Amino acid sequence: MAGAGHELKLVGMWASPFVTRVKLALHLKGLSYDYVEEDLSSKSELLLSSNPVHKTVPVFIHGGRPVCESHIIVQYIDEAFVAAADGSPPLLPADPYERATALFWAAYIDDKVLKPWRRVFSARTGEERAEWMEQAVAAVDALEGVLAGSKEGGFFGGDSVGYVDVLLGGIVRWVHATAAISGDELFDAARTPLLAAWMERFGELDAAKAVFQDVDKVVDYAKMIMALFAAGSAAT
Amino acid sequence: MAGEGDLKLLGGDASQFVARVRMALNIKGVCSYEYIEQDLFNKSELLLESNPVHKKVPVLIHNGKPIAESLAIVQYVDEVWDTAGAPILPADPYQRAVARFWAAYTDDKLLRAYIGVNVAATEEERAEKVKDTVAAISQLEAVLADGGKAFFAGDSVGYLDIVVGCHLSWLEAFSKMYGVVLLDAAKSPIFAAWAARFGETEAVKGVVPETDTVAEYAKKRRAEALAAKRKN
Repeated sequence: MAGAGHELKLVGMWASPFVTRVKLALHLKGLSYDYVEEDLSSKSELLLSSNPVHKTVPVFIHGGRPVCESHIIVQYIDEAFVAAADGSPPLLPADPYERATALFWAAYIDDKVLKPWRRVFSARTGEERAEWMEQAVAAVDALEGVLAGSKEGGFFGGDSVGYVDVLLGGIVRWVHATAAISGDELFDAARTPLLAAWMERFGELDAAKAVFQDVDKVVDYAKMIMALFAAGSAAT
Repeated sequence: MAGEGDLKLLGGDASQFVARVRMALNIKGVCSYEYIEQDLFNKSELLLESNPVHKKVPVLIHNGKPIAESLAIVQYVDEVWDTAGAPILPADPYQRAVARFWAAYTDDKLLRAYIGVNVAATEEERAEKVKDTVAAISQLEAVLADGGKAFFAGDSVGYLDIVVGCHLSWLEAFSKMYGVVLLDAAKSPIFAAWAARFGETEAVKGVVPETDTVAEYAKKRRAEALAAKRKN
């Protein structure tokens, strides 16, 4: 049966939103797998040999063959395991135009939202952090527009969770953590109400409850990273 | 029905990504589309309407519906014209994942490196970026060597060939403009042989940007980039 534990392996790091994406996809497909937690300060032979180009997590290993890059892994899982255990539809839409649209927004999320968002955590000063946050917040407006224009159901995938939902869903705990630390909301309920509602809805999914990190742990981790990068400022 | 209907491509004659989409259409034998050249320094209403998020080319407009992002467009073309010409992406999910991985690598590492050659503010910076470009090509050389076939996709051109291949005219243009060697046949003989072979395929007929066109466009982009750096 698809997903025999020894055949699927995920190399990850608990805090990584990119790893969370893959965990969400695997859960949605009802697949069981071996999980290997990496110490990124001391990378394992397994990681280095299965992702020699980037040496990053997540790496998904299926029957001994590695797949790298979270957005590629999620697409791979959707294509290799077409039928989910509970009969839910594939993550990517069947219609080529809708599929191209999903791929467009996936690229947008990684390029326009996550790039500045990640830099919030590696900023050296409060000003830098605020600048990157502003960029990320401005970028999510377009995603609000997508939800506004889409069919009922409230997911990017329509009635059911889709590819774009999974890719954005990976960051939810980090969004919560940032709000807890600084009060800054990436999906501000006043500015982007549909996204704020989407985040609530996403968090209620069984998959989210099963794989999301503990928010307090993410808060601690985020604070640690930000302290590492902050150049002696009292901003945090 | 696949192939029927109104097909337009918003393009730019210097753009690698537009070339990539045209190569995909060539592979499918789709020639009857309206190609609308865009002035990227004076963007048309049609472009701004069709790609409001990025305002960039290429945009494929099929029966009035716009598709942007060259890799999404290539996959769309492959799926809609699935029985025409040859397949672009491999059928096997794992092979698709590998092709996508190297596509992402190319558009990140190779692209940023050679663009860096163009917008470098100093000779040192340029030398760094030349090194990075050569390194990215070495990496792609290894992929070709591992595959052991005439093309990245196998015996005939496919997804990764057009993903990498669309960058070749820019590499050539910058080598000339800056008097640097980016594609070193001695260092990357397999890649060089593939590049020559790729240049002879049906896929690229009529759609490869002219070196002079690229150079002219790149000079404008360089001026923009340097002005932006000065402001900061």
